[in-house]
Amino acid sequence: MTYRAPIADIRFVLNELAGLNEVAALPGNEDVNPELVDAIVEEAAKLAENVIAPLNKIGDQHGNKLNDGVVTTAPGFKAAYQQFAENGWVSLGVSPEYGGQGMPGLVSMATEELWCASNVAFSLCPLLTLGALEALSHHASDEIKATYLPKMASGEWTGTMNLTEPQAGSDLAQVRSKAVPVGDGTYKISGQKIFITWGEHDMVENIVHLVLARLPDAPAGVKGISLFVVPKFLVNADGSLGARNDVKCVSIEHKLGIHASPTCVMSYGDQGGAIGYLVGEANKGLSYMFTMMNAARLGVGVEGMAIAERAYQQAVWYAKDRVQSRELGSDDPAPVAIIKHPDIRRMLMTMKAQIEAQRALTYFTGAALDKAGSHPDANEKAKWQAVVNFLIPIVKGWNTEQVNEIASLGVQIHGGMGFIEETGAAQHLRDARITAIYEGTTGIQALDLIGRKTAMERGMTAKALLGEAEAVAGKLKAAGLAEMGDALNAALVHARSTTDYVVGQFGEQPRAVAAGSVPFLKLMGIVLGGWQLGRAALVAKQKLADGEGDAAFFEAKLITARFYADHLLPQTGGLAAAILNGAASVMALPDEAF
Amino acid sequence: MKILVAVKRVVDYNVKVRVKADGSDVDIANVKMSMNPFDEIAVEEAVRLKEAGKATEIVAVSLGVKQCEETLRTALAMGADRAIHVETDAELQPLAVAKLLKAVADKEAPQLIILGKQAIDDDANQTGQMLAALLNAPQGTFASKVDVAGDKVNVTREIDGGLETVALSLPAIITTDLRLNEPRYVKLPNIMAAKKKPLDKLSPADLGVDPAPRLKTLKVAEPAVRSAGIKVGSVAELVAKLKNEAKVI
Repeated sequence: MTYRAPIADIRFVLNELAGLNEVAALPGNEDVNPELVDAIVEEAAKLAENVIAPLNKIGDQHGNKLNDGVVTTAPGFKAAYQQFAENGWVSLGVSPEYGGQGMPGLVSMATEELWCASNVAFSLCPLLTLGALEALSHHASDEIKATYLPKMASGEWTGTMNLTEPQAGSDLAQVRSKAVPVGDGTYKISGQKIFITWGEHDMVENIVHLVLARLPDAPAGVKGISLFVVPKFLVNADGSLGARNDVKCVSIEHKLGIHASPTCVMSYGDQGGAIGYLVGEANKGLSYMFTMMNAARLGVGVEGMAIAERAYQQAVWYAKDRVQSRELGSDDPAPVAIIKHPDIRRMLMTMKAQIEAQRALTYFTGAALDKAGSHPDANEKAKWQAVVNFLIPIVKGWNTEQVNEIASLGVQIHGGMGFIEETGAAQHLRDARITAIYEGTTGIQALDLIGRKTAMERGMTAKALLGEAEAVAGKLKAAGLAEMGDALNAALVHARSTTDYVVGQFGEQPRAVAAGSVPFLKLMGIVLGGWQLGRAALVAKQKLADGEGDAAFFEAKLITARFYADHLLPQTGGLAAAILNGAASVMALPDEAF
Repeated sequence: MKILVAVKRVVDYNVKVRVKADGSDVDIANVKMSMNPFDEIAVEEAVRLKEAGKATEIVAVSLGVKQCEETLRTALAMGADRAIHVETDAELQPLAVAKLLKAVADKEAPQLIILGKQAIDDDANQTGQMLAALLNAPQGTFASKVDVAGDKVNVTREIDGGLETVALSLPAIITTDLRLNEPRYVKLPNIMAAKKKPLDKLSPADLGVDPAPRLKTLKVAEPAVRSAGIKVGSVAELVAKLKNEAKVI
């Protein structure tokens, strides 16, 4: 089963829902237009479908091999990565200053979806490089930028983020790695870092590690952590590679999924200290990391939606191919393809409707991030920043929670064969599992959502977005799509009552509100996804009336939106009940009773 | 050496085509279109000749509706230097295409013209040959290897009996076969750069050619649907059916 990039839906979402034209109108995006974006997405699709997707299963089966600090990647990965880098895909969104193409985040998101869906383990390598590049471009000295950024933008060197230590996971205040000034402006770094994605590998000649560590006189806690660049090979003044630095991969993890992505334990300073260079100012490392958090979390939201799409495509293929049992209620005893069976269709529609809602909400957030970054009007910029801040935990949390369900439905549609690795359905479920964990677990996202993003701003952004959704519900009713409008309105009642509860109670009883925080995140995801599919339905209806475009696509969009209204939006009632009334039983049992 | 490459916009090879309800033609409304794969091979070959220092300029030409511009942009992104779009909404048949290409070739005076051996939509396999006749130039069709040496080009052709190599004097016409090369994946910066390369517009009238069709399509029909197979109970039954129903033994 191969992957086909869902170009029609991506094009629809970019142009009709996310507002590519608004992003193109931002300063610096003068070259951006729908035809160029089409050409970019179509070429990315070719590489994703023909080169990267076929390696997905190979990577899963082979994983990586570690031998004396050297990590050997799965067959085909090195060549594919080099082709990917040489063809310029790492730097699509990177500033032309460093050799990139300077495309807005929304356009990068469309290609990111393709890389993630075709091979999420592969996609993490350039993704981490971009994260490191972004941090350096904002905070590092001109000298560091000149030394590292062009090579990272071209993909010749990759980058990593070294935050986590065994005792410092979600709580980075516990970081213990040390940085000691040498006296010549450099530092000796020592300590152990874990969960370092693509921390060591054989695809490129140098790896640029960004490492959080403490200076000797640093204050305790989060305010005493600094950020350092630690290259695998030191870089000479002329740009050539020098001595091997004192950093080593000492083990790679055995994981549930994303086998092709080496998750490394990195040891710094076994031979006396790895040479590192301070990024920005001392003790500000963690705040530098937080400036990149929104983009990183949105990126993981894309991963969730993309893996869901891949699992869906595979399930559709199997459901059309697998012949089993007569059609219910038919006189013809001949067995039919299982896609004819109502429950298989319910599962496929559940997958499809959520993926399309997620794609719309995720790209909408991507466009909002571009506007928050470079809108010329300060008020608009601030407005979009608030929208981004509110939507990020929802997109990250909801997409990645649901991909677990969606990929699981993909396995279910395969029946017993889904449980057998050969079919490949299980890989998507295993690969997806990490997305609800890294870059902040769903629990962390939900806490962020109820606290900083909802209660602390008195629900302002939440209510503004719910207001937009209500307007769409009204338009749906006016457009003859009353069932959808009514379903959205009903869900909005639950969204409002729970938002009021979060705003009103968070100060008084934070633990009770936190007990319902993940249900609240899901409820918001469902409602806002319904808002976006409502918008999609309005566009589809209009296009059909005007006789414009691909009628079959728009008819499918209307049916999909209707399914979402019938099956997904009503879930908000149950979630609201749990949020409003369910806290006591979450907290009541004494610890010993567990 | 200047190379002229002809590229055609066709239904993408992944698309399952449908016939219009009235049987007049294939329905191409809202269908993904892309460059004819044999023409992609032609562009790739031209780009390789340029990279090898044997060609100095590549001009891509396409004939047809406005959206042929996208096909030309693809050729430019692959490495063509400039493009010519002969824009017309008229139905174009091989002879008209050959006449239009001849007129373009007369203006451009290329030493080499490379075309796909056929387009995957109508599979006519005529344009290159007709163009060679109109230009009174030598032709190397179904090329699987192209070797430019001085004022000659050696073209290895895939024929029924194996491979045949012909030496052509330049200027010459080459049509590409599947195994000539494997077209590259376009580099992202080249997609951006393609938007800024020159794309000139001409009309058939500018070239003094009347593209009116000479052939009339009577009917377009989908291939007959294969009927489902049946299971036979025994070898004897199989033989009986082959003899009496299929009448093959």
